[in-house]
Amino acid sequence: MAYLTDVANAFLWLFNFLILPATTYGSTLALGALGVTLVFGILRFANFAHGDMMAFGTMISLIGVEFLNWLGIFTYPIPAGILFLPVAIILTALLAITLDRTVYRYYRSIKSPPVVMLMASIGVMFLLNGLIRLIKGPELQIFNARRIFPANKIDTVELIERFGDRAVQTKTDFVTQEKVVQVTEPEFVFFTVHDFKQATGLSEGFGLDLIQVLTVAFAVTLFIALYWFLMRTRLGKGMRAFSDNEDLALLSGIDPRRIVTWMWLITGALAAIAGTIYGLDKGYKPFTYFQMVLPIFAATIVGGIGKPQGAIVGGYLVAFSEIMITANYKKVANYLLPENWEVEGNLQLLGTEYKFSVSFLLLVIVLLLRPSGIFRGKVI
Amino acid sequence: MNRRVVIVFGSLLALITLTGFMQSWSIALSLLTVGLISSVIALGLNIQWGYAGLFNAGVMAFSAIGAIACVLVSMPWVTDVMLAGLASLQTDADKNQQAIDLLQQDISGRLEAERHLAWAWVIGCATGLLAIIVNRILKVLVTPRSRRLLVTAVLGVGLVIFRSSFDPATAVIESTGFGDNSKYLGGLGLPIIIAWIAGGALAALTAWVIGRIALGLRSDYLAIATLGISEIVIALLKNENWLTRGTLNVTGLPSPVPTAKMLQDPPYLFSISSSLIVNSVLFISIIAVFLLFFLWLAHRALHSPWGRMMRAIRDNEETANAMGKDIVMRHRQVFILGCFLLGVGGAMLATHVLQFEPSSYHPLRYTFLVWVMVIVGGSGNNLGSIAGGILIWFAWIQAEPAAAWVFQLVGDGFFLEGSPVRDLLEIRAPQMRTLLMGVILLLVLRFAPRGILPETLQHK
Repeated sequence: MAYLTDVANAFLWLFNFLILPATTYGSTLALGALGVTLVFGILRFANFAHGDMMAFGTMISLIGVEFLNWLGIFTYPIPAGILFLPVAIILTALLAITLDRTVYRYYRSIKSPPVVMLMASIGVMFLLNGLIRLIKGPELQIFNARRIFPANKIDTVELIERFGDRAVQTKTDFVTQEKVVQVTEPEFVFFTVHDFKQATGLSEGFGLDLIQVLTVAFAVTLFIALYWFLMRTRLGKGMRAFSDNEDLALLSGIDPRRIVTWMWLITGALAAIAGTIYGLDKGYKPFTYFQMVLPIFAATIVGGIGKPQGAIVGGYLVAFSEIMITANYKKVANYLLPENWEVEGNLQLLGTEYKFSVSFLLLVIVLLLRPSGIFRGKVI
Repeated sequence: MNRRVVIVFGSLLALITLTGFMQSWSIALSLLTVGLISSVIALGLNIQWGYAGLFNAGVMAFSAIGAIACVLVSMPWVTDVMLAGLASLQTDADKNQQAIDLLQQDISGRLEAERHLAWAWVIGCATGLLAIIVNRILKVLVTPRSRRLLVTAVLGVGLVIFRSSFDPATAVIESTGFGDNSKYLGGLGLPIIIAWIAGGALAALTAWVIGRIALGLRSDYLAIATLGISEIVIALLKNENWLTRGTLNVTGLPSPVPTAKMLQDPPYLFSISSSLIVNSVLFISIIAVFLLFFLWLAHRALHSPWGRMMRAIRDNEETANAMGKDIVMRHRQVFILGCFLLGVGGAMLATHVLQFEPSSYHPLRYTFLVWVMVIVGGSGNNLGSIAGGILIWFAWIQAEPAAAWVFQLVGDGFFLEGSPVRDLLEIRAPQMRTLLMGVILLLVLRFAPRGILPETLQHK
C-alpha cells in the first residue's frame, strides 16, 4: 500500500511537471506548425515570419484586454484575452492576405525559386517585428486585466469575495499619497496543487486552470475542424491536390489564386489563435514569439512537411522531448526506488537552459536520418 | 572600377563625413569601424551565398566562435593571475595573512581541478574513440541491433565517468579566482591579432563539423538547420561557464592598438578628444588592412577557374555534376572558407567593444542583418558586400536618432505637452530600426534584386 502511494506520487509529479506543461506547450507548437506546414506545402517556402505573425495576433488580443481595462470591465472567469480573439483572428488573417498581395504574389508571378520567397519572409519578419515593437513595446506584458480604484470608492470586501484575496491589493499611491485598491483579474482555477494534496492526502499533486483546459480544447477543436476542411470540403481537397502536384491541380481546373488566398486566411487565423493561447499562459513578449519559430520549424519537419497530421504529432513530439530531456527525475527516482537507495544529486540529462537546444537537435537528427519526416512529407 | 562603384563608395564616404560634422567624429569613426567589420562578415557570407548559393542562417554562431577565440587566446590564464596576485599580496604579508591563506587554498584546489578537467577530457576522447573502434570491429561480428546497444553502452559508461570528474572540477573552476574576470579557465595570453586568426580557424573547424552534418541538405533545410545549430552554439557559450564565463561576460580584452588612456599618458600626451580619434583611426587602419587583403583574395578567387566552377555549380548543380565537379566537396570547401571570414569578423567585433558577451548574440542582429547587407550590397559582388556592410550598419545605427527626430516633429506638431501618445512615440523610436530593415530588404528584393552593385560576371 505504501509503495502504491509512492507510485501514485511519482506519477503525479510526472503529470504536473512533465505531461501537463508539455501538452499545453505542444498544443501551441502544433497550431503554429499547422500554419507553417500549410505555407510550406502550397507555396513551398519556410515562412520565417510566422512567429511574428503569431505575435501580431497576440498583440491585438492584448490591446483588446487593455481596452476592457480602460472601460473598467472585469470578465472573470472568462479570460479577457479570449473575448478579443475573433478580432485578432480577423486582423491577422487580413494581415496575412495583405502581405501576400504586397510581397509574395509578385514572386509567384515571376516564378521565383522558393529561396527568394524565404528571403522575402525574412524581410517580412523584420517588418512585423519592428511594427509590433513600435506599437506595443518589447517588454513582457501579461494578459490579466488590471485596474486601480481609489480606496474610498470601492467595496473591497465584495471584490475579495469575487476574485480571491490575492487579486486585491490595498496600497498607498506613490505620488498622491492616497489609499488605492489595485485589482488584478486572476486566472480561473479549477483546483490548485494545494487543494489536490489536501483532498487526496498525497504528497504530490497537480493543479488545473481554465487556460490549460482552453488551450487543449482549442487545439483539439482546430485539429478536427482543419482535418474536416482538408478531407471533406471542395476547397480543402483542392488545397491538398495543389500541394501534391501543382501542374496536375492546375490542369484539373483548380484556381490557384483562391487556394492561396484561403491558405493565407487559415494560416493567419491559426497564428492568431496559437499566439493568443500561448500569451494567456506565459504573457506577451515579442522576442519569445520570434524564438518560437525554430521549435515550430522543428515540429513541421519532424512530422513531415505539408502533412497536417505530421505538424500535430511533430508539435507534441518536440514539446515532450524538450521537457523530458531537461526534466530532473530525482524525485521520481526517490519515490520509486527503495528507501535506502536515495538519489542525492540531480537526475537530469541536460540542464533546463538547453531546453530550446533539444528541439534543434531533434530537428537536425530528423533532417539527417529521415528528411521527409515521420509522415513522409515532401522534400523540397 | 566603373562609375557605379565610385558613386556608391563616394556617397558612403559623404554619409560618414556628414555624420562627423552633424553629430560627432567619434560617432562617425565608430560607425566606420563596425561598418568595416560588418563588411568582413558580409564578405564571408557573400562567399557562401553569392559564389555558391549556400543559405547559411547560422552567421551568429561563427561570429560568436570568433569572439570566444579572443577570450581563449588573449585573456590571461586565471591560475597565473592568482599566482601573481598571491605574490603581490605577500609583499605586505602582515596585513593580508588571511587573504593569502584563502588564496593559497584556492590555488591548490584549482590546480587539482585543472588536472581533473584534463583527465575528464582524456576519458571523453578515449570513450569516443573506443565507441568508433567498437562500432568498426563489431560491424562484421554481431547483428546491427546488438552493435548499436553495445556502442550506446560504451558511450553511456564513458559519459558517467566523464561527468564524475568533470562536474566537480568545473564547480571548483567556476568558484575560484583573483580579481576581475576570474571564475573560469582563462586564455593563453597571446596577442589579439593571433586571436583573430585563431577565431577564423576555430570557426572554420566548426564549419567543417557542421558542414559534414548539414551540407547535403537543400536550401530551405540548410537555412533552418544552420539557424538551429547556431542557437545550440550560443546556448553552449552562454552556459558552459568554466570555459566562457557564460553570462558573467568577459571584459577587458586586449586591444591591438594603444588605448585612449595610454595615448594620453607619456610619451604620446594626446588631448582627450584627439586620443579617442587616434585610437579609432589606428584600429580602423588595422581592420582596413585585413579587409583589403581578404578582398584581394576573394577577388582573385572569384576570377579564377575555381570561381567559374563555383558559379557553374550555383547556377546549375546538375550540369556541373555532369561535368564531373564534386558538388558536396566544393560546397564544403566554400562553406569553410566563408566561415573563416565570419570568425575573423566576429573576433574583430569583440575586440572593438573589448568584451565577450554571449547573451548579446541575437539572430536578428548577428545573422539576418548580415543577410540584409549581402542582399542590399549585391550578392556575388565582393565590393557590393563591403558597400552593403557599411551602408546597412549606418542605417541600423542612424535609424534611431532619425526616428526620434521624426517622432518628435510629429509629437510637437500634433499633440500637446504631456500627451501620452507623445511620450509613447519618444520611447518607441528605437524600435524603428527593425522596421526600417524590413522595408529596405523588401524594397531591394522587389525592385533591385541584384543589389546596389550587381554581380558583374553573371552570364544570362
